[in-house]
Order: sequence, then structure tokens, then C-alpha cells
Amino acid sequence: MAAITERVAIAHAQERNYRGIWAWLATVDHKKIGIMYIYAALFFMAFGGAEALLVRIQLWQPNNHLVSAETFNQLFTMHGVTMIFLVAMPILIGYINAIVPLQIGARDVAFPRMNALSLWLFVLGGIFLYTSWFMGGAPDAGWFNYVPLSGAHYSPGAGVDFYDIGLQITGIGTLMTAINFLVTILNMRAPGMRLLRMPMFTWSALITMLLILFAFPPITVNLILQMMDRLFHATFFNIPLGGNALLWQNLFWIFGHPEVYIVILPAFGIISEIIPTFSRKPLFGYESMALALSVIAFLSFMVWTHHMFADGLGPIVNSIFAITSMLIAVPTGIKIFNWLATLWGGQIRFTTANLYALAFIPLFVIGGISGVMLAMAPADLQYNDSYFVVAHFHYVLFGGTLMGALAGLYYWFPKIWGRLLNEKLGRLNFWLVFIGFNVTFFPMHILGLEGMPRRISTYAPGYGWTTPNQIATVGAFILLAGMLVLLYNLISTFMKQPDLVQDPWDARSLEWSIPSPTPEYNFAQIPLVEDRDAYWVAKREGSGELPKAEPVGPIHMPSPSLSPFFLAVTIVIAGYAALLHADWLALIALLAAFWQIGLQLVHEDHGYHVHPDVPTGGATE
Amino acid sequence: MRRHRRPGFKASLPLVVTLAALLLGGCGLGKQSALSPAGPVAQAQLSMLWQSLAIMTVIFIVVLAVFVYSLIRFRARKTDTELPKQVHGSTALEIVWTIIPIIIIVALSISTVHYAFVLETPQTGKNAVQVQVIGHQFWWEFRYPGTGVVTANQVHIPVGKKVNFTLQSADVVHSFWVPRLGGKTDLIPGRTNTLWLEASKAGVYYGQCAQLCGAGHAYMKFTVLAQSPAAYTAWLHHMQTDTVSVTTPEEKAGLALFKQNCSTCHTIQGTPFHGNIGPNLTALATRPTIAAGTLPNTAQGLATWLKNPPAAKPGAKMPDLGLSQSQIQSLVAFLQTLK
Repeated sequence: MAAITERVAIAHAQERNYRGIWAWLATVDHKKIGIMYIYAALFFMAFGGAEALLVRIQLWQPNNHLVSAETFNQLFTMHGVTMIFLVAMPILIGYINAIVPLQIGARDVAFPRMNALSLWLFVLGGIFLYTSWFMGGAPDAGWFNYVPLSGAHYSPGAGVDFYDIGLQITGIGTLMTAINFLVTILNMRAPGMRLLRMPMFTWSALITMLLILFAFPPITVNLILQMMDRLFHATFFNIPLGGNALLWQNLFWIFGHPEVYIVILPAFGIISEIIPTFSRKPLFGYESMALALSVIAFLSFMVWTHHMFADGLGPIVNSIFAITSMLIAVPTGIKIFNWLATLWGGQIRFTTANLYALAFIPLFVIGGISGVMLAMAPADLQYNDSYFVVAHFHYVLFGGTLMGALAGLYYWFPKIWGRLLNEKLGRLNFWLVFIGFNVTFFPMHILGLEGMPRRISTYAPGYGWTTPNQIATVGAFILLAGMLVLLYNLISTFMKQPDLVQDPWDARSLEWSIPSPTPEYNFAQIPLVEDRDAYWVAKREGSGELPKAEPVGPIHMPSPSLSPFFLAVTIVIAGYAALLHADWLALIALLAAFWQIGLQLVHEDHGYHVHPDVPTGGATE
Repeated sequence: MRRHRRPGFKASLPLVVTLAALLLGGCGLGKQSALSPAGPVAQAQLSMLWQSLAIMTVIFIVVLAVFVYSLIRFRARKTDTELPKQVHGSTALEIVWTIIPIIIIVALSISTVHYAFVLETPQTGKNAVQVQVIGHQFWWEFRYPGTGVVTANQVHIPVGKKVNFTLQSADVVHSFWVPRLGGKTDLIPGRTNTLWLEASKAGVYYGQCAQLCGAGHAYMKFTVLAQSPAAYTAWLHHMQTDTVSVTTPEEKAGLALFKQNCSTCHTIQGTPFHGNIGPNLTALATRPTIAAGTLPNTAQGLATWLKNPPAAKPGAKMPDLGLSQSQIQSLVAFLQTLK
């Protein structure tokens, strides 16, 4: 054993070249990257939440002037941009990073260094966006940033430049994540892990990455065209000079609608892991669940015009897109009913993770109901751009995505951090969030039908809007209390000793077959997968040990590297330079970025070897 | 280990009560409510709302019933010794819950397509009244083609007639929405959209811009005044023949100040003032509000506006003219003669 320990020490030497914060900046380990994604998403969530609270306080009473109209527009724009691009996507990508390689029995992602680059582009891109508050004002044309309002003539400040450039920076990272995980999931599954044996969360990740791959190019084109307009006086969206206002809207929603599914499919995946685990039953209708994910993804590219029903595109276009939009209810309905059927006949345990997963079902159904109502184009003309829409998308994005994300947090926390979150605090956290959520967002349905448009900075008395707005604002503070309980739970859990429980929930998929937290090489021996829910089967029909696909031996690991971090920094410098019209600096920074990319292309990483810690006499040397 | 508890059904009871109270108490049917239709378009849209909501509520109740029953009936018990039956799926069931939603969607599609063609086909026939709407940051211009009548922020329409609005924007995207008369349609620069509405009863209907258009978005309101056809025709005639008559010295001083300070941007029928940047002020004194619903059309409201427009309304394009108190008084006196 002494020899092994020594070898491990040598093997870890390279990792130890980087200490403290440098070890995090240089890591290419998918688990650490996942953790940083989750931390960063929670960090940005605090800002997005604060913006939402200011919006809610501003709308507490008629003719309120707590914030100016200009500030109000920045607040809700940054709230939307933050929650979509800096919270919902990254937290889910964080789970995908931390969990998917474990679920498929892999040792890392296909391109570990590119994975680190994705992370740093997101983190630094997000910080870049937030520095707009101190550099002349945040973006203020709404998260969908319609032209010509967002053009240089009507938004002369730098806010929209931050939007255009910041989202390009984070977008490059997201697109690389998609490529990385498509290759990882398709090529790096353990022997025997056929596509139809993959856990549903991995399925959802696979489909989500396909969505990103096809959805991000249109938004990138939009951002580049607008950047050309704003920085170099091009006229793609300059209407008097022949630009087209609907070009932006079409390209944006060709991205924007799939984006909705990018942030909901992984949540579906999380729910599909948690409900079977806590019902002690397999997922009902596995094949139809995977098929439903694929059909939703496919349909999501043919419904974008339902965001534009009020654009006057005519009855034919609106009818077609109304029907395709309603069709999405079919695969979504299949998923809901399959979850119900999974619960049926089970032995349901009400852990916090499961409470969140269970709450997802009725809340998402309410969002689905308003979704079908919105899809009816002629009726949508009443709902569109009103608070009814605000209620709808918060029921799917908060009631769906965030409930799923919080379910995932409580569920995978012991795997990722080796500690169980406190269940008592968890329940308090859940009930405050659940009640706060409904009190905040349910009245918004009524506000919308009562004629309150979204995005108005204030309203006059006499419309019947005051009471629902006040209820919503009270709800927002209940939500805040719930999130503070979560924060307290996280901090107090980090202060205690790790539990190191490998499989606290009696779960089903491969990540639970290895220690918590997971060693850097994940699997001492890559498992041989012979069933769906292989770990569950191994526990029920054997010793709980999965058959191995390889002997114990030294494991090749990729070297840590600071180059992804520096490349991301260089790209962000180019962003600031372009935004400040320091064109020469922008050019130099971009050339430096390409130089670094070139270096990566020719750089050969020999990596290093780790000898796994095998508990009982497994070592072969 | 973990205590097996029911998930706080008692705790959720207050929530249910709160939601019910919200539903009942919240529906006060305000003056801008899509739930109190005053014309056939809003009526059709409301009927679609009830149709879809009724079907969807049934689905929700079914889902909720199965859900709650499962949570109670199939909760883990201390007496559980064996695994529950390991069911992997049921093709028959899965086909059932694929086909039922398809049937519902077919049903909803029929009314959707029907009303799409009814409500979104422009009314260009002889019997329809034509009104041109031009959206500006942050006010509404209404033109009556063939009559020369132009007004702002209050549109007059005859009761019981289809009114075909052609929608255009002078700057950014706006959205024209009068919830009690019908749904909205956007005003998109570079395009001409149409929307037809009809008021069944005489009255004032409230509307406002529904698409984010800048700092003054919340202050871009307007009213629809639905009048009897005779009153409507009389109004059109009045607008065509309106003249300005100033009598008191203060009104005369106001007219001179208007010529000097305001006429580059504003038009008044019956005067040589033909500026076309700001709202047309013909018969201004007959409008209920000024600055697109921001201030009441009173001496006080007008004075507040003239003192510093961008302070009264965020994003207002009319600059602070630096008028003295007495100049403001004269201008207000003049503006109140515009009947």
C-alpha cells in the first residue's frame, strides 16, 4: 500500500502545482467545473432576485416613484437576461457537468480543457454583463431586445452593447458545452450503456445539447448583426435605411423558443430521476419519455411565431403556428402522465428533493394550461405582452425549471459535496418557496386579464391592479425568506463534517455506485452496464457491486491548465475594448485570443496517471 | 431514519383558500379588463378563453386528483417490507394519454383557426370606418383618411360599426390594445398592420401601449370614445371646421406664446400652425387627459406639463421650454379655448 500511496502522491504532483484558488482556475475536472457552474449560477441568482424584488417594490402601489422609469427598464431587462442566461442555463449545465459523466460511467468529458473554457466564458461573460451597471447603465430594451428600440438611435447608451457582446461571450461557452456533451454522451458511455439504457437525466442532457447546437447560431447571428449596426454603423436593423424590424424578431425567437426547452428539458430529466428513486419504482414508460423529449425538441423549432402573434402576420401563419404550438402539449402530457403512473403504486418518500420534484408536476401543469391558452392565436391577442404571459412563463420557468433545479440540488448535493443538506430546513425552504411562488405569480394571471401590460414602470389607480400587485409583492418577500433559508441550509451544511454517504436515497443510476464526493477519476474501474437502472439492479440482485469492464490500473488524467481561463480573459478584454470603441485594443486582444487557440491546437497534453484507491485488494500491481 | 410524513396537506389548505380568494376577489372587472368585453372581438376572445379554460380545468382536476390520491395512498409506510410492484410501463395507457390530448387539440384548433380568419381579416369594405393609427414615443396619432381630421390620444369611433385600424409606427415597435374591445396588434416600423374592432355600446374604453417602447412605455395610454353614429359624424364635421377664437388678453398672450414656442411641432386646425412633430392639438380642450393619459386635462394638469414635460412624463420628447409662471398661465388659458 505504501508504494501505491507514493505513486498517487507523485501522480497528484502536477495537480498540486496549482494551489488554492489557482487549482480552481486551472481545473479541467468536470466535477469541479460543475460545482463552479452551480456556485456562479447561485451568485447571479442573488442579483437577478434582487432586481425582481426592486421591480415588485416599485409596483407595490400606483404612481410609485421608488425607481425611475429608465432604471425600471434596466431592472426587468437584467432580471430576465440574468435568470435565463446566467442562472437557469448554468445551474442545469452545472448538474450536467457534475452528474452526466458519472451517469454514463465516464471518467471525464470528451474535451476537458474546452469544458473549462466554457465555464470561464460564462462566468466572465456574466460579470462583463453586470459591470454595465457601473459603466453607463445596464441593457434596457427587454430580454428579447427588440429593434429598433435597442438600436443606436433609440438606445444610445452602452447598455445594449453589453447585451450584444456579453451574450456572445457566454454564448460561445454554451455552444462549446453542447459540442462537448454531445460527443461525451455519444462516445464515452461505459461498455453496455446503450442509448436506451441511459438514465433519463442523461437523455435530457443529450437532447438539450442538440437544441443548443441548433438554437444558438440564430441568436449569435442576431447579436453580431446588431453589434455591426451599433459599433460600425451597419443598417441591418435601421428601418429608414432599409433594415427590417421583423428580422430580429424571427431570428430571436427561432432561438428563443428552443431556449425555453433548453432550460426545461434538463428539469424534466431531474424529475425523472427523483420520482422513481423516491417511489422505489422504475420510471414509467421509459421509451415514451425519451421519445417525448425528442419530439418536444423537434417541435420547439417550429413554433417560434407564437411569440409574434400580435405582429399581424395574418391568419394563415398564425393558424399554422397555433396548431404546432398546441401539439407540444401532447408529448408534454405524456411526460406528466408517466410521472403520475410512476408514483402510482409506489412507496413515496417525502424528502425535500422529492417535495420539489412533486411540486413541479401541478405547477408545470398550470403553466401548460396557460400555454395552451396562449397558443390559441386569436385569443392570445388579449394575453400577449400582458401580465398573463408573465404569469405563464414564471409557472414554467420558476415552477418548472427552478423547482427542478432545487430538487436536483437537494438530491445530488450529497453526491457532489459529500454532505446531506438538512431536511428540516429543507422542508421549511420548500414550503416557503412553494407558497411564495404561488402568491407571487398566480395573481399575475388576473392582472393580465384585467389589462395590465407587462413592463410598465408604474400604473394609475382605478384599474383594479393595486390589490393583485400587492399580493404579488408580498409573495416575493415570502420567496425571499425561502431562499434565505436555503442559503442558511447551504452555509450550515458546509460548516459541518462531511457525511460521505455514497447512496443516501437508495437510488438507481451509476453516480450512486461510487463514493461521495467522487474521486477525481470517478470510477476506479469502468463498470460494465447490463441493464437500465444498472446500480439498482446490482443492489437488488447482487452485492451492489457492478461488474467491471476493465482491471484496476493506472488511470490517465488530463493535465490542469490555466490557458482556458486566460483565453476567456482575453476574449472579455476584446469585448470591453470593442464596447469602448478602442478598436486597436480589440483587434490585438482578438489576435491574442486566436494565438492562444492556435497554441491549444498544437499543444499535446500528455496528462498524468493516477492509481485509484481500491478499497479491498483490488490493486493488480 | 427519515420520518415518513404526509407532505403537509393541512399546510397547503391556507394556500388553496388564498388562491380561491384571489380568483374571486381579484376579478373586480376594472375599466381596462379583457374579462368585460364591450364588442364582438373581445367577446369572441373571451369565449375562447372560457372554452380553453374549461377544458384545461377538467384536465387539471383529473391530474390533481390522481396526484393527490397517489401521494396519500402510496406514501411510504413503516410497514413496507417488500418493494412495490416494479411496473415499467403500459403501452395501452400510454396510447390513451397520447390520443386524448390530440382530440382536445383538434377541438381547440377548430375555434382557433375559425376566429383567426374572422378576427384577423382586414375590414376594408364600404361599411367599415377607416382609422389610421401612428404610434410615437410616447403618444398616439389618429388620422381619419379622406376627412383631413387628425387627433391624438383619444380616438372617436361610431357605435355598432366595424372600425378598421391601420397601424403604423413612426419610431419603435408599439402595440395597440383596448382590452374591452379586443386584443392587441403591434405597430411595427416599416410595416402596415390592421386590426378591426367594434364597440357595441357607447362609452369610453381604455387602452395603452403593450409593447416595451422606451422610458415612457407606461405613460402611452389612450381612450376610445364610442359615440352614436350621429354624434360621431358631428364630431368629424366639428374637427374639420373648427376655428380658434381668443378673446381675453391672457388668451391672446397665450396664442402669441404658442406661435413663438409651440407651432414648430404642433398643429391646430383653423390656425397657420402646422408643425407635425408633436400631437395635433385641434380641440385639445375636449380631450379627457393630456400627454397620453399622463395628466388630467385641467388648468392644473396643463400647467404641470408645460412647466417641465420630461419631469411629468419619463422620456417625453417635448423639452422643458423654460417658461415663466405667467407665460404658463397664458398658454393654459389659450389651450383651454381649443374646444
